[in-house]
Amino acid sequence: MNHFLIAPVVLPALVGPFIIMVVRHHLDLMRIFSLASTVLLVAISLVLAAQASSGEIQVYELGNWSAPFGIVLVLDRLSAMMVLLTSVLALVVNLYVIGSGWDKRGANFHALFQFQLMGIIGAFLTGDAFNLFVFFEVLLIASYGLMIHSGGTRRFQAGVQYVVYNLLGSTLFLFALGTLYAVTGTLNMADLAVRVAEIPAQDSALLRVGAVMLLLVFAIKAAVIPLHFWLPASYANAPLPIAALFAIMTKVGAYAILRMYTLVFGPDLALTEGLAGAWLMPAALITLMIGAIGVLGSYRMGRLVAFGAITSMGTLLTSIALFTPEGVTAALYYTVHSTLAAAFLFLVADLVTERQGIEITAQPVMPQSGLIAVLFFTGAIALAGMPPISGFLGKLLVLDAAREHDLVWWIWGTILIGSLVTILGMARAGSLLFWKSHSITETEVDPAEDHDSDAHDETAPTEHAAALPFVACFALLTGLVALTIFAGPASHYAEATAAQLFAPEAYIRAVLGEVTP
Amino acid sequence: MIPLSIEFLVASAVGLLTAAGIYLILRRRTFPVILGLSLLTYGVNIFLFATGRLMVNAPPILNKYADVAYTDPLPQALVLTAIVISFGMTAVVVMIALAAYLSARDDLIDMPHHPEDEGEDA
Repeated sequence: MNHFLIAPVVLPALVGPFIIMVVRHHLDLMRIFSLASTVLLVAISLVLAAQASSGEIQVYELGNWSAPFGIVLVLDRLSAMMVLLTSVLALVVNLYVIGSGWDKRGANFHALFQFQLMGIIGAFLTGDAFNLFVFFEVLLIASYGLMIHSGGTRRFQAGVQYVVYNLLGSTLFLFALGTLYAVTGTLNMADLAVRVAEIPAQDSALLRVGAVMLLLVFAIKAAVIPLHFWLPASYANAPLPIAALFAIMTKVGAYAILRMYTLVFGPDLALTEGLAGAWLMPAALITLMIGAIGVLGSYRMGRLVAFGAITSMGTLLTSIALFTPEGVTAALYYTVHSTLAAAFLFLVADLVTERQGIEITAQPVMPQSGLIAVLFFTGAIALAGMPPISGFLGKLLVLDAAREHDLVWWIWGTILIGSLVTILGMARAGSLLFWKSHSITETEVDPAEDHDSDAHDETAPTEHAAALPFVACFALLTGLVALTIFAGPASHYAEATAAQLFAPEAYIRAVLGEVTP
Repeated sequence: MIPLSIEFLVASAVGLLTAAGIYLILRRRTFPVILGLSLLTYGVNIFLFATGRLMVNAPPILNKYADVAYTDPLPQALVLTAIVISFGMTAVVVMIALAAYLSARDDLIDMPHHPEDEGEDA
């Protein structure tokens, strides 16, 4: 048994409490430990990704309890990819937060950040449905703390909505798991796959109810229409660098859909055949459209990018809802792209709001306006999926994968029109922010900083020249460019991952051993 | 005549708690919403408990010396986890709601439209 597999969960789980209990009064020490932990996480996940890329599926049995009875962690290509993506994103966000001083504006940022990472990485690695619930709760409870970091009335109010919405999601998750357990008598994902396949069709009503409830839970996490209402308000009112980290959280929902509906309720399973795809496809397309319209109608930076993130989730889930190897390949490539692009744009949005408040209005030219304008337009191009950044390759893969689907014209139409509307919305915001500002004289200044209900905001403007935030932004940009240049190897990896997902026998054999039929 | 079996009792309790919980979470103020969430978690806890089938007077352990009835221990472990988590979550939501109430001076669940928020899309 390879103990290295549990390292990415244990490391933040140890560093988090250490930061709280030992170094909580020393900002520099907190930063050092937090940063060291995220750097180590990147290293660990690189090793894990290298191990997983051979196609071997590794299993870690906690407490050495064998599979259907104990909890297992499973590392396959998909989990390794998601863990690597999470840790890279975490490192960049951590750099940005330290550089911009966001971590000084409230207590315990770094500890919560570590717990958040532990929850996300655990959710990607676990092979047990109830353990998935537990890791969801870990990542959620840390995200509640991060979301209201540094306080403020609107942030607290948005926080209440966010927490209530997610608690409802958790309750539904428990109902779904209870139903599945009542029918199958197991919660281990591989074991579920075996048991579900054996259930006769006439006894499957309860099982199908459970499957649909589970889909609803993951749809809440992935912000699919009509369950997306939590996202714009909470992402827009959260500190924007935190929202950049949250870009991976919607992907946790997408990951869970992909995992459960290829492994347990696979596309070949007669009981639930077409069930997930039939519901998910129209919902994903509407999500895409609503997101694009939201981008066009946003008056604030946070909401603009939040709706941009919803658009990319729509595209991603459209691709997943095809439930074909080609569709999943495209979805995986697009997952990496859209996470980096959304996080990038959230960071740029924070650069803008730190300088001139949260409204998208024409104001006198901000410091480093030219550089930020370049970053914003690059990010907008990436998120909208225009050439030459990786987004258009991802969308091309999605369009190509949808060729055989019954709704092909709907899919193509929605994705293309959605991209157009998104780019229009981004162009409107960008030209207001960066071009119109040149025609405004200094006398028309309105005190936009008041909109930020931050008590500590007075300290912010002095630190505008900090270089670290720009380093973080350029790191994400480099990632996007690398994803474009190395699109070949990346899509080969995605293809191999999709092939692994659509052959769940290997996964089941790895977890349960050779004895099972 | 209602059959007063334990199954009926548990099922109606889950149903009542869930119905009351859903009614309360649709209220306008934070306090009833949190109460509703608590009722919902009670409902789901009982539901989880029942997923291992209801047994009376049976221990949750196998007995290798005698062939006696036993009940499924796993749902009990799951319920314990769920209770702990929902307890913690309720504490968190109460604190955040309190912070929102103290700084906004009202405990409406929806975000009020301040004058400077003109043009905020809902």
